[in-house]
Amino acid sequence: MEIFGLLADGFLIAFEPLNIGLVIFGAAVGLFIGAMPGLGSVNGVAILLPLTFLVPPTSAVIFLGAIYYGAMYGGAISSIMLGIPGASTAVATTFDGRPLAMQGKADQALIGAAVASFVGGTISVILFTLFAPPLADVALAFGPPEEFALMLLAFATFVGLGGDDIPKTFFSILIGLVLSAVGLDIISGEPRLIFMDVPGFFHGINFLVLAIGIYGIGEMLWTIEVSRGNVTMSEATVTVRRTVDALKRMAKSWKTMVMGSVLGYFVGILPAAGATPGSLMAYGVAKSMAKDGDSFGKGNIDGVLAPESANNAASTGSMLPMLTLGIPGSPTTAILLGGMVMWGLEPGPLLFVDHTEFVWGLIASLYAANFFALLINIAFIPAFIAVLKLPFTILAPVIFGLCVVGGYVPTQDLHDVWLMLIFGVVGYLMRKLDYPLAPAVLAIVLGPIAEPAMRQSLIGSQGDLLIFFNRPISGTIMAISIILILMPLYKHLPFGRKKEAVE
Amino acid sequence: MRIAELMMALVMSVFSIYLMWKSTELPIGWIPEEGPGGGAFPFWLSVGMLLCCVAILFNWVRRSSPPSRSEEAYMDREAVYLVGVVVVSLTAMIGAIPFIGVYFALPLFMAFYMRFLGRHSWRLISGFVVLTPIVTFMFFEIALRKTLPKGYTEPLFYPLYDIFM
Repeated sequence: MEIFGLLADGFLIAFEPLNIGLVIFGAAVGLFIGAMPGLGSVNGVAILLPLTFLVPPTSAVIFLGAIYYGAMYGGAISSIMLGIPGASTAVATTFDGRPLAMQGKADQALIGAAVASFVGGTISVILFTLFAPPLADVALAFGPPEEFALMLLAFATFVGLGGDDIPKTFFSILIGLVLSAVGLDIISGEPRLIFMDVPGFFHGINFLVLAIGIYGIGEMLWTIEVSRGNVTMSEATVTVRRTVDALKRMAKSWKTMVMGSVLGYFVGILPAAGATPGSLMAYGVAKSMAKDGDSFGKGNIDGVLAPESANNAASTGSMLPMLTLGIPGSPTTAILLGGMVMWGLEPGPLLFVDHTEFVWGLIASLYAANFFALLINIAFIPAFIAVLKLPFTILAPVIFGLCVVGGYVPTQDLHDVWLMLIFGVVGYLMRKLDYPLAPAVLAIVLGPIAEPAMRQSLIGSQGDLLIFFNRPISGTIMAISIILILMPLYKHLPFGRKKEAVE
Repeated sequence: MRIAELMMALVMSVFSIYLMWKSTELPIGWIPEEGPGGGAFPFWLSVGMLLCCVAILFNWVRRSSPPSRSEEAYMDREAVYLVGVVVVSLTAMIGAIPFIGVYFALPLFMAFYMRFLGRHSWRLISGFVVLTPIVTFMFFEIALRKTLPKGYTEPLFYPLYDIFM
């Protein structure tokens, strides 16, 4: 098997001293970020990306991948101890994690979450290893029309599956794409959308400016507003004996974890879905699978295991389309993708041909990150609980400082820091009105890839839009995208609504 | 909340129209032998934005989206105060960077935030105020070789440049 040889080489890269050090450090940082209420993997990756210029690109991506993983583990900690999800991906963990903690079984829930995360991570990385190379092979045959069709599919999933207000979802996608068009026109080289003739717009709007604005500044403003109330913290007693008992109890729930992992992985592949809906779905399925379904919500350990295995599996799942097709499966991978483009590691099928070592090094590092996140998590449960006691008024200014410096560093232009502040404040105000913001971040990353793909296709076809439809692969993808886009619109049409009323 | 929803949709409509107008600075039509003009992509996207705003306004009139039904205050007084203080102090910090540089603006901001909003002890605050610039300098200027703006405080850094650069 060729895959095993490549994977073995990947492990050699992942275990280089610098890389393995970054995996361990990244997992710990991710756990910390995930444990903080309000901060999740996407915030961590957006805010810390500028710091990774210190190391070579491969190591930087490995580090960010480890943060992504660690944050998925860490999210459970505040869900269980405070009853506040540490990240949106850990919402489902509060349903049973919190009642367990109230019953004095916080340690069981925490260990359960850690082990389930490990199972979810491991199963999904194995699935990833098996699926990625064939998918990349297929994708090698893609031309500009297929590329554009894929981008459209990514956006269509937000409309069809996102579940947010439809016009607002469209708006978010479009504004992200327009912002990505600022700067020099890629094909003719002419300046465009230079607002008020401010010279800072000539270099375009870096995706990090929007990402840090929304996920750094905007998220902090949101947390400041929401976290005014007092929170009560549960107590956790961790002893070796109780740990062993918890593990014995969990062995009986292996089915739940396998279900959560597989479900989470496939849901994670879809750009609009990802870890949050994946974990909610896994919770729902676990509840209907269980004989004692009524005990869910009152402190059933399976209610912790299912979403926690699913959210870790989803984070790996979202990397599959990012690496093989160049379309991110989640906001976090969108930022990773933007970073990779910046470092010259253009994601897509060619990555598997031109940068084999990078791809397999990253995959192997995911195995390692998973293992270390489990170890660190279980060994330092008390330390992460202490993190929750850290006052927000200390953490917030530090994060704001990181945002400002991080927004400055990529382009070394203060203009971008101002833009970041504006995006943060406007993003926060829009979020309060139910505008989804993830599509905008995805759009600003994909815009510079989607626009030339569309224009090159149209040049090739002499302006005939049918080029997107009469090639078999691109045609199929376009058809799925259009169905996804029309699905919610159908409900808005007069006859669509009448039907509902009749039913 | 209802008023905020309306205002946001109106502001964004105006912004979309501005973007459409701005896009027409480049050709938005088809250029023979070259394909779509440079302005076409942003132009049609802005048209789409405007249509979305119209749909949002339509939903507002019909009261079919949750924010357009909500009678709750968009932001209560405490939220306005807290978020306002943070945004104003952030603005002040970024505004001060070209004059006093990152290494003075950042600690000042942190001290203000921790003292005014957090009521932390001066001992803790002074720790952060001293450590932040040192860590920032070591990480960004020495390790990453990225110069941060220093404004009029630049001369203070000459001796450090002599040692590390």
